[in-house]
Amino acid sequence: MIDAIASLGRSSLNALVVFGRAFLFLLQVLASLDIVIRRFGLTVVQIYSVGVRSLLIIIVSGLFVGMVLGYQGYITLVNFGAAEALGGVVALSLVRELGPVVTALLFAGRAGSALTAELGLMKTTEQLSAMEMMAVNPYRRIFAPRFVAGFVSMPLLAAIFSAVGVIGGYIVGVGMLGVDSGAYFSQMQSVTDWNEDVLSGVIKSIVFGFVVTWIAVFQGFNAMPTSEGISRATTQTVVVSSLAVLGLDFILTGLMFGTG
Amino acid sequence: MAEPVAEESPHIVIENLRFRRGRKVIFEDLSMRIPRGQVTTVMGPSGSGKTTLLRLIGGQLRPDGGRIWVDGQEVARLSTRRLYALRKRMGMLFQSGALLTDLSVFENVAFPLREHTDLPEDVLRTLVLLKLEAVGLRSARDLDPASLSGGMARRVALARAIALDPDLIMYDEPFTGLDPITMGQIVTLIRRTNQSLGLTSVLVSHDVTEAMTISDHVVLIADGRAVDAGAPDDLRARASDWSAQFLEGRPDGPVPFHYPGDSYREDLLGVRERRDD
Repeated sequence: MIDAIASLGRSSLNALVVFGRAFLFLLQVLASLDIVIRRFGLTVVQIYSVGVRSLLIIIVSGLFVGMVLGYQGYITLVNFGAAEALGGVVALSLVRELGPVVTALLFAGRAGSALTAELGLMKTTEQLSAMEMMAVNPYRRIFAPRFVAGFVSMPLLAAIFSAVGVIGGYIVGVGMLGVDSGAYFSQMQSVTDWNEDVLSGVIKSIVFGFVVTWIAVFQGFNAMPTSEGISRATTQTVVVSSLAVLGLDFILTGLMFGTG
Repeated sequence: MAEPVAEESPHIVIENLRFRRGRKVIFEDLSMRIPRGQVTTVMGPSGSGKTTLLRLIGGQLRPDGGRIWVDGQEVARLSTRRLYALRKRMGMLFQSGALLTDLSVFENVAFPLREHTDLPEDVLRTLVLLKLEAVGLRSARDLDPASLSGGMARRVALARAIALDPDLIMYDEPFTGLDPITMGQIVTLIRRTNQSLGLTSVLVSHDVTEAMTISDHVVLIADGRAVDAGAPDDLRARASDWSAQFLEGRPDGPVPFHYPGDSYREDLLGVRERRDD
């Protein structure tokens, strides 16, 4: 019994230590952000590897999610004779929830894990140490550009996801199920509010981008310098950031759409 | 408390250094002087903290006690800015080479120059080719670090370490895992670099033969202290029991063959002392 309590205490303390380290790490990275302006090229390279190279998975997923939404929405709506409302349903679901959330989950799996593995390997092969010994600060040269690239790319990817999803819904709803094309878009326009829906989605995706990139870069930095350590850190990145995204989504939705 | 810097003063002074990792004591009371302009090898058994010592000198780790001066500056007390300035005058060769895997050989050597100087591209190219020529790898400049052998990677890392013309260069186990030819190349390079650039070289190694031929000065460390120091020949002549065991590579002696623990007999019979936690 005492052992169980002791081990619970120990693991909570360890968790707190990791959280503290992650926070200090974030502060160090934020303090190094001037490099992003001074040497913008470094960040552009990272935006390419984190953002542009995630495009394919985002576009394909967005298309399929939109198509599924088109189907499901139509099946429900047609019962009420409201199939024309499909455009609004598809757009709202995408812009408010599915765009930011699914993009963040995919982003964690595709870009987050890659970031963690890359940084973990750099640590294991002493590249970060070597950089320090060459008087190059890895926070500025390595972490800050990756961090900025992550949270700049995320909202853009989420926007692309939603846009492609709308097209997916159109293909199924209008192309295959015969919803009126004009109604699809006019419904979408009248139902979707810029501040209420679009902007809140954008804010969500910025928050998710920040959190996922923070977790990914920190896990790489904090990885045990062994092959097992890297694999654990990579898994941790995907698991922790997925949970963080879903949890934060609940909180943010509550804050944005909660009544009262 | 600054150590006065005279022409002949030691490059690195370590006094009563204490360092522990977790509960394990790495250095108990380590003191040594590393003379300027010479090749000094710090030798000791595996796990005696040789690499840790280099990291302490480079300011990547902080000592728990005692002091380290490099060029008259106490490393642990420097501000980040001053520490980075000091590191620009230090080169370090990691055991693995630690080349940046996303850059070519040329870009690896160019890396410190690009980070710290604003040299025009053609000057930079000349400098990099000079450094690569010095290690015999000028024609390998377009290769990927992944396609280099261990010895080549180490030579590229050496070219990178001397890119900023440091006055101190540290080698972490430079002879480990090399074939005889590559070993010969590295030994020659270390010696030649030391002479032609007039810098202070610090090696940590447990390869006795190479280290003894290459060094002007040898420090033996064990159990967290410096147990012997001097020119290689002196050291051989007046070696203590421990040093003799180490230098001649005898399997048993003051350093026991067996990891300390319960007696073999008791262990086999299953009599085990209960340890208090």
